[in-house]
Amino acid sequence: MGDAAAAPLAIVATVLVYAAAQRLYTRVRHPLLNPLLVAITALIVLLESSGVEYGKYDRGGRLISYWLGPAVVALGVPLHAQLHEIARRGRAMLASILVGSVVGIVSGTLTAIVLGAPRQVVLSVAPRSVTTPVAMGVAQKLGGIPPLTAVLVISTGVLGAVAGPTLMRLAGVRSRTAWGLAMGSAAHGIGTARAVEQGEVEGATSGLAIGLMGLATAILAPPIVALLLSVFAAR
Amino acid sequence: MKLDGKHLFALARGTLILLAFLYAGNAISSLLRLPLPGSVLGMVMLAAALHLGVVRPEWVRPAADPLIRHMSLLYIPPGVGVMAYFGVIRREWLPLVAAGVVGMVAVMLVVGRLQQAMERRG
Repeated sequence: MGDAAAAPLAIVATVLVYAAAQRLYTRVRHPLLNPLLVAITALIVLLESSGVEYGKYDRGGRLISYWLGPAVVALGVPLHAQLHEIARRGRAMLASILVGSVVGIVSGTLTAIVLGAPRQVVLSVAPRSVTTPVAMGVAQKLGGIPPLTAVLVISTGVLGAVAGPTLMRLAGVRSRTAWGLAMGSAAHGIGTARAVEQGEVEGATSGLAIGLMGLATAILAPPIVALLLSVFAAR
Repeated sequence: MKLDGKHLFALARGTLILLAFLYAGNAISSLLRLPLPGSVLGMVMLAAALHLGVVRPEWVRPAADPLIRHMSLLYIPPGVGVMAYFGVIRREWLPLVAAGVVGMVAVMLVVGRLQQAMERRG
């Protein structure tokens, strides 16, 4: 891949792979064939096998992911359309998210400590279930490794988008607002991208959950992680 | 989608409104040192502006709808970025994978079930 052609080639490849993955998913509706998962895997294989570094691919890639900012702002439209449905359940949502944030920080951090992860890795795991910019900021403050946190955030999001719907069907979560809230709080923006496919209520609640979860975790993660580390003293 | 003058104008207007809210959100977030990204702040401000009637839904929808519909596409490049960290992941894969899976499942089940239970009690 020539230097000048790198960005346009990366954009074309990403869009084509995405379109193909979407088409595959409409034909074979299997959760493992989630278009995002398929597209990421295909592009990684493509880059690894052709020896193209990620940095070179990302010259075009960042022109695509730039639009994540405006896309999150755009969620204000379904949020406004569903404002009435959401406001009625506002207090319950705040409570669920607060509990969910604590559960997320404690479960992730404890798992990493129990499995003997070094301190820096434990600190990178803690803010895992929130949107990337918040998670990286929290990891920085805690003394973790921000890029490692970013990787975890993305993987967790993809896992949530792929396994979430099945998980919630098994758990009997049928309320549309509860479904969206769970998706956004466990899998942030990537879960929200899946939730908007489900419907406007799910998409709007999921988008709101990104913000609430990010706020709760940014405030709660530092004291909780400090407490857990002092009790379970990681390496 | 037809791209004649009228649609192009609608698309440009919608995009400019979204960008204005994004950059306003970014500015407020960094000025007040909020632990929230500007985009999330922008989302809440846009919903408020729509609610107050300062912005009309039909002004933003031409840009907002396709962005929301194809949000998965936008996550592909950061997803591919995971390959840059295969080294670290290989060394500590067990605690990383386990913490990710346990945390995701725990949050999703707790939030989903708790929210549903509270809604039913009403």
